Amino acid sequence: MIEFDDVVKTFPDGTTAVDHLNLTIPDGAITVLVGPSGCGKTTSLRMINRMIDPTSGTIRIDGKPVGDTDPAELRRGIGYVIQAAGLFPHRTVVDNVATVPVLAGTSRKKAREQARELLDRVGLAPHLADRYPVQLSGGQQQRVGVARALAADPPVMLMDEPFSAVDPVVRDGLQQEFLRLQGELGKTIVMVTHDIDEAIKLGDHVAVFAEGGRLEQFCPPDQLLADPGNDFVSGFVGRDRGYRGLSFSSAEHLPVEPADTVVEGLRLALDGDGRALGWDGDGSTGGRLPTEGTFTASDTMRRVTDLAILSPAGAAVRVDASGRVDGLVRHAVVAEHLRTRQLERLRSHGRSTAGAEG
Amino acid sequence: MEFFSDLVEYLEINGSVVLEALRDHLYIGLVPVVIAFVLSLPLGFLVVRFAWLRVPLLTLSSILYTIPSLALILVIPGIVQTNILDPNNVVIALTIYGLALLVRTTADGLGSVDPAIVQAATAMGYKPVRRWFTVELPLALPVVLSGLRVATVASVSMASIAALVGIGGLGQLFTRGFQLGFYPPPIVIGLVLSVLLAVAADLVIVLVQRAVTPWTRARQGA
Repeated sequence: MIEFDDVVKTFPDGTTAVDHLNLTIPDGAITVLVGPSGCGKTTSLRMINRMIDPTSGTIRIDGKPVGDTDPAELRRGIGYVIQAAGLFPHRTVVDNVATVPVLAGTSRKKAREQARELLDRVGLAPHLADRYPVQLSGGQQQRVGVARALAADPPVMLMDEPFSAVDPVVRDGLQQEFLRLQGELGKTIVMVTHDIDEAIKLGDHVAVFAEGGRLEQFCPPDQLLADPGNDFVSGFVGRDRGYRGLSFSSAEHLPVEPADTVVEGLRLALDGDGRALGWDGDGSTGGRLPTEGTFTASDTMRRVTDLAILSPAGAAVRVDASGRVDGLVRHAVVAEHLRTRQLERLRSHGRSTAGAEG
Repeated sequence: MEFFSDLVEYLEINGSVVLEALRDHLYIGLVPVVIAFVLSLPLGFLVVRFAWLRVPLLTLSSILYTIPSLALILVIPGIVQTNILDPNNVVIALTIYGLALLVRTTADGLGSVDPAIVQAATAMGYKPVRRWFTVELPLALPVVLSGLRVATVASVSMASIAALVGIGGLGQLFTRGFQLGFYPPPIVIGLVLSVLLAVAADLVIVLVQRAVTPWTRARQGA
């Protein structure tokens, strides 16, 4: 657990980077600090490993103030990943990854062995281990950066815009893999980004900062989309937050109609195994029309809504785990389901607001 | 052909003189570079670490470089109380010139290290001294060693001036040739050896550079 207790950081030129920050970052989860530039998110991150010391206030890791530990010792126990990886250009990939264990006194030979295992873990081919960073692609370098941060197996990892220097396609792959890795490792991760989409995609909790170093809202991403705390947050989260919020809503309780229902004059054609082949009409629509994909009960409402919009029948096709069609959902049903849910949420939100004030 | 037989004859008679001149030249030409290089590292560090030092220190080194070498060599015995014929007068003078060149390139080299890399090293848990020797200095080496090459070649060729104040070195062969009424063999031998010495010293540095900065030759797809 990382606690910010009334932390203020004022720089010598008089600007306040962080303004009375109180924040408790939970263990074993990804907490994303997000906000426009100059909002103090990076300063806050760097105060955790004492790259910057606060003007006043205390930061504690597991109850112990970070100011009580020697900075170098403290930093060896906290993984650190920066934008564009920040690898040492003069060291091979394996020696980059072995950096912290060697600093902490592990023999070079042993540290290299462990480093090679870690490279495998972050999805890098073994033959890349003896190359120099300049010989790797941006995405590969970023993986090495993550491996280097993990090398001493620190419980806490700090990541400063880790995925912003790679192109969008590579970024998406790295993010997926990062989530998979975190699923295995369960580290306490604090990440800084200016990209609200990345924050919502990766964060278990999102802290939204405004200019001047004020924390505006700290909550899970679905709540951020559904209930932005004020105008700044709703403006920052963006216009299509309703649609994006569907990513956090499960399609599990969505009512389905039988697969043989005729929708808008179209009927779903199935093969011998019960898999969807396409929509058949009465002849006036031409040949068989595509379904554009299927969903399962564990998919998100975003996926269902998307499929319903794309479908020539205006209905999304649900399949079971083995891929057999087990029902249809028309977009009118999706819309009604979403409306009911939003109504419930607003009612409960109204109650919780009254409760908080009362 | 007569010239070559003169050359051979000169070497046969004065071989030991030529060897001694070469040895002296090595000493007067290369020792200053080594001293200047060692001194330039802390000075370069200071220039990069304390930005306000940059202008005064680099200006001072430029001014030192403009002092005529002969004047400097003649003034040094008065300042450090050495004998006027002491070869170390020349060593001190050439050290000053070497330092004037190397402080700038060392500062440039250290200043060219990406601050993000230094920050990353700090965040990994490096303490400042270890970080300087194992991260900053190695990354500065390509620029630092290029500067060392220039300083070495300059020092070896400037060492000839020692002969003008009666101290040894290959310059002695030039003065001897003049005294003999432009007798070519000693002048040519001195010239060739001086050039060979500079080229050899340069080559050694290039080889060292290749050995200690392998990453600079690593390129994408290699």
